[in-house]
Amino acid sequence: MSALKAPPAAAWWSSVVRAREAGIVLALVALVAYTAVSNPRFLSGQSVRDILLGTSILAVLAVGQAVVVITRNIDLSVGSVLGLSAFTVGSVVQDNPGLPVVVALLAGVGIGVVCGTLNALLVRYGQVPALVVTLGTLYAFRGVTYLTAGGQQITADELPRAFLGFADASVLGVPWLVVIAVAVTVAVGVLLRNYRLGRELYAMGSSPEAAALVGIKVGRNTLVAFAISGAAAGLAGVLFAVRFGTIDAAAGTGYELNVVAAAVVGGVAVFGGSGTVWGAALGALLLTVIGSSLTVLDIDQFWQQAIVGALILLAIAIDRLVALRTARALRKGGPHVQ
Amino acid sequence: MARPDGVPLLEVSDVTKSFGAVAAVRGVSFPLHAGEAHALVGENGAGKSTIVKMLAGVHRPDRGALLVDGDPVAFGSPGEAKAAGIAVIYQEPTLFPDLSVAENIAMGRHPVGRFGMVDRAAVRREAAALFERLGVRIDPARPARGLSIADQQIVEIAKALAGRARVLVMDEPTAALTGVEVERLFAVVRALCADGAAVLFISHRFEEITALCQRVTIMRDGAHVSTDPVAGLTVPEMVRRMVGRELDALFPKQDVDPGEVVLRVAGLSRAGAFAEVTFDVRAGEIVALAGLVGSGRSEVVQAVFGVDKRDSGSVHVNGKAVRPASPRAAMAAGMALVPEDRRQQGLVMDLSIQRNATLPRSGALAGLGFLFGGAERREARRWTERLQTKYGDLGDPVGTLSGGNQQKVVLAKWLATEPAVLIVDEPTRGIDVGTKAEVHRLMSELAADGVAVVMVSSELPEVLGMADRVLVMREGRVVAELARAEATEESVMFAAMGQGAVA
Repeated sequence: MSALKAPPAAAWWSSVVRAREAGIVLALVALVAYTAVSNPRFLSGQSVRDILLGTSILAVLAVGQAVVVITRNIDLSVGSVLGLSAFTVGSVVQDNPGLPVVVALLAGVGIGVVCGTLNALLVRYGQVPALVVTLGTLYAFRGVTYLTAGGQQITADELPRAFLGFADASVLGVPWLVVIAVAVTVAVGVLLRNYRLGRELYAMGSSPEAAALVGIKVGRNTLVAFAISGAAAGLAGVLFAVRFGTIDAAAGTGYELNVVAAAVVGGVAVFGGSGTVWGAALGALLLTVIGSSLTVLDIDQFWQQAIVGALILLAIAIDRLVALRTARALRKGGPHVQ
Repeated sequence: MARPDGVPLLEVSDVTKSFGAVAAVRGVSFPLHAGEAHALVGENGAGKSTIVKMLAGVHRPDRGALLVDGDPVAFGSPGEAKAAGIAVIYQEPTLFPDLSVAENIAMGRHPVGRFGMVDRAAVRREAAALFERLGVRIDPARPARGLSIADQQIVEIAKALAGRARVLVMDEPTAALTGVEVERLFAVVRALCADGAAVLFISHRFEEITALCQRVTIMRDGAHVSTDPVAGLTVPEMVRRMVGRELDALFPKQDVDPGEVVLRVAGLSRAGAFAEVTFDVRAGEIVALAGLVGSGRSEVVQAVFGVDKRDSGSVHVNGKAVRPASPRAAMAAGMALVPEDRRQQGLVMDLSIQRNATLPRSGALAGLGFLFGGAERREARRWTERLQTKYGDLGDPVGTLSGGNQQKVVLAKWLATEPAVLIVDEPTRGIDVGTKAEVHRLMSELAADGVAVVMVSSELPEVLGMADRVLVMREGRVVAELARAEATEESVMFAAMGQGAVA
């Protein structure tokens, strides 16, 4: 086996994969450097803190989304799940000021899991594409939120100090929100990389037919993937409530597209089977930094959307290019690429 | 090499399987012994694939049973067949392109180490060990995407071995392989047999069967013909058993004196599909392209009509060159193609019969650029009547018709363009006997009217009954040209399977 050294093809391949995440880091560094030079306030404590808190919420959502997209599905309901969770947990905390934050976070996760499971059941047993199912539940979950809110708004002064204080609290100088986002990313990352379930999710996205033929429990795994995405959205809802303090029924409207964008920019292929949660989290960071730096640079906010769009197209173009080059390289190499 | 007690590893015992009213397999039995490679042969549609799917756990037999080590088993899913030690390697392997080769082998039964985590090093070690055992050089760390078909099959075999499979079913594994790759595959299969595995090998190539297999089962029209040691059988005898049936008198071909050459195809080639295909078709002639599925027949007619590109070669209709890769140009030159898959390529299922029947001429039937319906209806009625199509109303969606009547609508649509060259690909697939005869009568009439007809067909009786000349294709080349008098089931099958051209 020592004869089987890693051949150039594999090394080349893994270098490309690495380059994907490296590319995002590079773009981030360049963007931060440019913005900081033209306006040093960009690197002030408050500014960095805002970016990190904003990234935390988006990253948790993007990590959940990545899990679903890797299985060749999509979850468009995450913005609505976030809103439902934020408003429900907000109301509960309002009525029970003594509730520990941990319980609130778990309640949010619970709401998300229920929503995600419902999505999965509709996808699995309704035999309807996830795009359509989650487009439906996007409106349904939002509708439930409006129904329970009934035009009410929860404002910061109605929430207990301990709850809102969580946004400012930190461990060793790192805000709790960031700690939670990193923990979620690491946990899901390890699950996908090192556990059977995770590997099977990649397999399902790479070739659904082959996955069924090797005896993977496709239904169960789909359920888990959507439950994870739902849980992440529910958790993000509580983080949203903690951070902003003011919650109405429209909280998180339109987030789903940012989330999908973060995952795609981060290298999670929309056709499933490849990508990592690290990439998705980095994508979330990049999108947040772009938003902030455009403000700092005094560039019209409208540009932000155009730039995000261009990034998505760039990400897809890179995927396509890599696929074509791999195909060509392998064809040239003949039957044995050594 | 069989087990001392003579009990086969796997036995197919009197199985029958029907789809709707059609019996795909009737009363087939054969044993697979340890250490033996067993060939399963038969024409297209003889029921081989149905047998494979039963072994794979995809279909369940209606009657009869599969016996593993002498005990009857019933597979409810592919997983159960795999658990019983049966691995199926399809012609098109089913790998995960995004995952590494090693992980493809481990998928579904990853070795697990500390904290329930996948032992990634063990995954790679196992793959490397398997490749060493198989004597092939494939890097376990590379992604499966981009592997050649041959290497993908090796990976599938490694998967089967990793799953402790004792019975390997290989469905036409050599169809897409080069000579060297076939040799390597055979070396691997022989090694597996020597280790006590049983192999079921499906192939259309007799030289491979005689080189690799010890026993052969022959099927015809879903029924079991014979199971014998290969050593005692000659190739002509196998061919005779595969085809041996009477030509029925379903084919009312009229005798026609062929006229001028209408369609001239010269040196047509496309890499990987067909090469140097040259033939002429005269007015009033029916020329059949025969050969096995996958021999390139449909690809050739698609390229002649311009649906597919061609790398080189020329197509002339009535002496004029036809621009490549342009169905529009082909139609303008007077060609019409009735495709193999009418649901996908021949009809717009949701549109009305009338609209479908007149689609290629909608420009000519329109007034001021609009289709008003009157002219459309008149034309549609004229042609559907001529073809004796049965329908409720011309406005009904064409998808509501039976298969045979759908085929007539496709024919009507093209006949209405009054083509000089009519190309039909599997004209009677999936339609009943009565309608078949009508389609044949129609083709014969058209030829008598001076149309040059090219017919692709997998049904030998149809080929022999209808064609004035038979071009036999094998692996993308025309290997024999047989006049009507020379064409018999044996001569066509011989040529199609590469047992020397008979022409």
